[in-house]
Amino acid sequence: MGQEARRDVPIAPPIVVRALVVGGSLLLALAASPARAQIDVSGEWTGKYHEDFDDRVPGDVQGDFTGVPLNDAARRFAEAWDVTRVNLLEHQCQPYNVAHIFRGPMQFRIWAEKDPATQSIIAYREYLGTYQQFRTIWMDGRPHPPDYVPHTNMGFSTGEWHGDILTVSTTHIKKEFYRRSGIPSSDMTTLVEHYIRHGNLLSHVMIITDPVYLSEPWVVSEEFVLMERGNQNWLYNCEYVMEVPMDKNTVAYYLPGANPFIQDYAKKFGLPFEAVIGGAPTLYPEYRSKLEQLMNRK
Amino acid sequence: MTPRAAQPPSDRHDSPCACGLRALAAFGAVLGLAACIAAPSVVFAQSGSPFDGASPERVSFSASDKDARAGMDRAERTVDGIEIYHVQGNVYLLVGAGANVAVQVGADGVLVVDTGNAAKRAGVLAAIRKLSSGPIRWIVNTSADADHTGGNETISQAGMTVNGNPAAIIAHENVLTRMTAANRPITELPLNTFFEAGRDFYFNGEAVFLYHVPAAHTDGDVIVYFRGSDVLVSGDLFTTTQYPVIRLDQGGGVDGFVEGLNQMLDIAVPRYLQEGGTYVIPGHGRVCDEADLIDYRDMVVIVRDRIRTLVAQGMTLQQVLATKPALDYDPRYGNDRGPWTSAMFIEAIYRDPGKATSGKQRLPAK
Repeated sequence: MGQEARRDVPIAPPIVVRALVVGGSLLLALAASPARAQIDVSGEWTGKYHEDFDDRVPGDVQGDFTGVPLNDAARRFAEAWDVTRVNLLEHQCQPYNVAHIFRGPMQFRIWAEKDPATQSIIAYREYLGTYQQFRTIWMDGRPHPPDYVPHTNMGFSTGEWHGDILTVSTTHIKKEFYRRSGIPSSDMTTLVEHYIRHGNLLSHVMIITDPVYLSEPWVVSEEFVLMERGNQNWLYNCEYVMEVPMDKNTVAYYLPGANPFIQDYAKKFGLPFEAVIGGAPTLYPEYRSKLEQLMNRK
Repeated sequence: MTPRAAQPPSDRHDSPCACGLRALAAFGAVLGLAACIAAPSVVFAQSGSPFDGASPERVSFSASDKDARAGMDRAERTVDGIEIYHVQGNVYLLVGAGANVAVQVGADGVLVVDTGNAAKRAGVLAAIRKLSSGPIRWIVNTSADADHTGGNETISQAGMTVNGNPAAIIAHENVLTRMTAANRPITELPLNTFFEAGRDFYFNGEAVFLYHVPAAHTDGDVIVYFRGSDVLVSGDLFTTTQYPVIRLDQGGGVDGFVEGLNQMLDIAVPRYLQEGGTYVIPGHGRVCDEADLIDYRDMVVIVRDRIRTLVAQGMTLQQVLATKPALDYDPRYGNDRGPWTSAMFIEAIYRDPGKATSGKQRLPAK
């Protein structure tokens, strides 16, 4: 090989530079493989109820519509709501759907399903003790199903990592309620969740969008604690039985103006009913002055 | 009794080492017992995995494996713009032909419930052929509507009864009357009619029931139940896309509509937690189950009773419309334009003399 030919050979960089390049490349590669690099959310989690306790554990008072951006359609639905409908056979075993279940007392388990060959995460799965429900959160990038497939209580979920936050999008959710006081949710509800782990605490943030019954997305959050002694998820057994003789085709509801319980919450806490059922404007700090006016007028 | 004699006496003093081993063994036994107690629930939970295809009855799931894949293989399931979706058992849904089309396939051949609109008939036939090369034996029309019967001729002519005629088209006799009055070609007409409350026959290994629902959407509505597959086909007695279309001019009525929905509720049985079980193919919209039917039935009853109450107070139609009696359902089922608007739904109930209310109606407090 002559002198000219040797000039074409690249000059090797110093070893420190090479190490930096290789190290940097490795770091980039690690950062770009989200499924393996993220924090582990697996485990048995139980609710920490310091936040919204009254709403989440003992349950809501009839006529409690506070804190939800309900629209006029939801108000009308709530006005017709008769809580005795839970006595009807077809409603006795109706569970909370995925946009509601986290708002009640609950323990749940998360675990990962991995591809045996690549060890990449195909899906996270959840077992929700309340009502004994299973849920799959697909992590393999698959699209959501078409509109014509059936809806389920848990819906269809896909997830992706944003840094250390697991973000889950859910569609195909069954119609249910946001609150047992009769705030309805529709089958067009979609849910975005963020799972954020801090040590043994898991923050769960829900952004619920419902074009039928909410005037704007409803954002709520809950905290869960890792259970060190796992497998304590509750089991749930429900069989519907006729407890009070009634027409099997009964529809329980109130006609407009006939619901005697609609103002129970407002009366119990001395609040103007207008504020209790006010929807989105009442969620913001600016509403305080309006509430003050209403209270003074009262 | 040698083995018994070989057992150590209970008052025998063990060495510390032996005692420790025994304690360890006892602890192991307790652990083993605990494991045995815990095992069934673990096995139960794991066997309910959506990944393994086994679905225990007493758990509730997110979308099934089948539906979780449904977004991935749409192209493979689409023929000439018609999507094929396996509902359950022998029954498939064809989407994209205007009204929903249900197809039952098996060793005996093909049964088709409704044939979509005429513009999509070639696609419907191609989709049926993708499902089965067997003979199309039967067509059932759930009503006389053009978007449910537009492909009758094409599908019928492509099929064959056991005696060599084009596939038989079955419907209630009122459907034949209305299609004849509309001057539809004879090759589109359901010439295999019935007048009684229902008809049943056995096809593709399961009983097939046709139930006539008088005075609902029209006076010729039929619901079809595939007993083995556990799938109901409702026709326009149930849709997820709009308010009930009540054709008073064709013998329809709101009370009959409610009775039809109640009849379907009698048939449908949900799996655990009001989910799945009997599936319902609506006239338009997505596949549903009993819980969806209940919500729709409740809506019709509540809106009907509100309007009846206002009528009893002497309100005019305009006054009734001004109260927005279906406000809570308008964002879901309402339409301001198109062939069936919210106002038309309210007017149909307003003008329908009907019967007494059947809901657990709460009268205004005095």
